[in-house]
Amino acid sequence: MAKVPVQFTLNGSEKAEFVDSGTTLLHALRDKIGDTSPKGGCHQGSCGACSVIIDGELRLSCLTLAETCDGAVISTTSGLSDSGVLHPLQRAFLDTFATQCGFCTPGMIMAAKVLLDHTPNPSRDEVVEALSGNICRCTGYEPIIQAVLTVARSNSQNAA
Amino acid sequence: MALALQTFATVKDANAALKAAGTRYLGGGTLVVRAANEGDVSVSGLIRSTEPSLSTIAVAGGKVRIGASVTMAAIARHPDLGTLAKTARAVGGPAIRNMATVGGNLFAPAPYGDFAVALLALDATVSTDDGETPIETFLAKRDGSRAIVTSVGFTLPPQGGFRFLKVSRVKPKGVSVLSIATVLQQAPDGTVSSARIALGCMADRPVRASAAEKALLGRMLTADGIAPALAAASDGTSPITDPIASAWYRNEVLPVHLGRLLLA
Ligand SMILES: Cc1cc2nc3c(=O)[nH]c(=O)nc-3n(C[C@H](O)[C@H](O)[C@H](O)COP(=O)(O)OP(=O)(O)OC[C@H]3O[C@@H](n4cnc5c(N)ncnc54)[C@H](O)[C@@H]3O)c2cc1C
Ligand code: FES
Ligand code: FES
Repeated sequence: MAKVPVQFTLNGSEKAEFVDSGTTLLHALRDKIGDTSPKGGCHQGSCGACSVIIDGELRLSCLTLAETCDGAVISTTSGLSDSGVLHPLQRAFLDTFATQCGFCTPGMIMAAKVLLDHTPNPSRDEVVEALSGNICRCTGYEPIIQAVLTVARSNSQNAA
Repeated sequence: MALALQTFATVKDANAALKAAGTRYLGGGTLVVRAANEGDVSVSGLIRSTEPSLSTIAVAGGKVRIGASVTMAAIARHPDLGTLAKTARAVGGPAIRNMATVGGNLFAPAPYGDFAVALLALDATVSTDDGETPIETFLAKRDGSRAIVTSVGFTLPPQGGFRFLKVSRVKPKGVSVLSIATVLQQAPDGTVSSARIALGCMADRPVRASAAEKALLGRMLTADGIAPALAAASDGTSPITDPIASAWYRNEVLPVHLGRLLLA
């Protein structure tokens, strides 16, 4: 099958790859580019483990074809830490025990990040809604909600 | 299985490419790419068009036209489409809503198709390059439809004239047990002068509750007034049975939820 060229910005660096037409972004990121932070849980759009941010919007990389991302700006959890210093969401997930097996964590963090980017001080209901497409089999969700609210509270304190 | 994707600048060229066997149009991909991931080999080629009109929303003089590639998230945040925001937000979680298109929702089999239920109540028309089709006719014939849907159009009902309810077991996001949309008009004395009621999950695709619509005419929106409509709500339905609910259960709870929506 003919390969197609795809170029996009991933976590601030330019990437150019040849992929098989019809390759999902999840496959391209993990198996071609080597960013294994998005996880393949269900490949059906149901679990959210593959969530990434494309041009500022949360998307499911398992249902997105890589070719449709040509020219896009993509963020994944692997791009969040800065020179080894964890992003506040990553820190809060560790501190509140919001991660156990960790499989859902990169998707949860992307969903939380996109929420906080648009709504820095969300209500609990807004956090629950923002995470509603992401499944966690370990934590029972409460620590994850608390992690996001912790970051939100420190955002609002910093803004005050 | 690899799927070749072809992208065309115009709907016309994309329609021509869709004539090839094994091809399917790609909207947001939430159903069609999922099917490919699950091993559906009936589709070998995906076709899409990037024509800008497919992604536009136009609201003027109470008339609305929504391009087929417009997503649920774009509808939910549009300042002039507040009436439909609740329906758009009822589709999937945030990531699904950023991908799921209006065009794809018209083809989504039950338990999906919540937005199409609203469009059916709104008596929308569905446009392709061949012209406009009333949504009811379109839905009935959709399995044989090959032409790209370019937009849907409808007239916004007066304030409060449109109601929507989705019943799901998982909150805040969950697949429908059923969904109901109504467009009602009331005479000055409060009696119902016209009614359109559309149901999701009560067949393999959105259907109208015609018997309930008739039974509402001339009635007040009170518990007594709506009783005949509720008694007729399940007439002619053939609900789906899936892991969410059985057909029997859906028929049992339909009058309860329709009653709540009508009395809301
Ligand atoms: C986890 C999950 C949760 C979901 N929850 C809901 C829900 O709560 N409610 C709901 O209604 N749906 C739900 N869906 C189903 C789906 O996301 C929506 O119905 C969506 O609107 C489908 O649109 P799409 O653009 O993604 O369709 P696609 O997958 O791109 O296409 C679906 C079908 O429609 C055809 N098609 C798409 N656009 C056009 C067009 N313009 N012209 C002609 N044919 C076209 C395609 O060829 C294909 O056959 C869910 C899906 C998933 C994976
Ligand atoms: S792997 Fe994409 S939603 Fe589960
Ligand atoms: S931590 Fe294991 S799935 Fe969420």
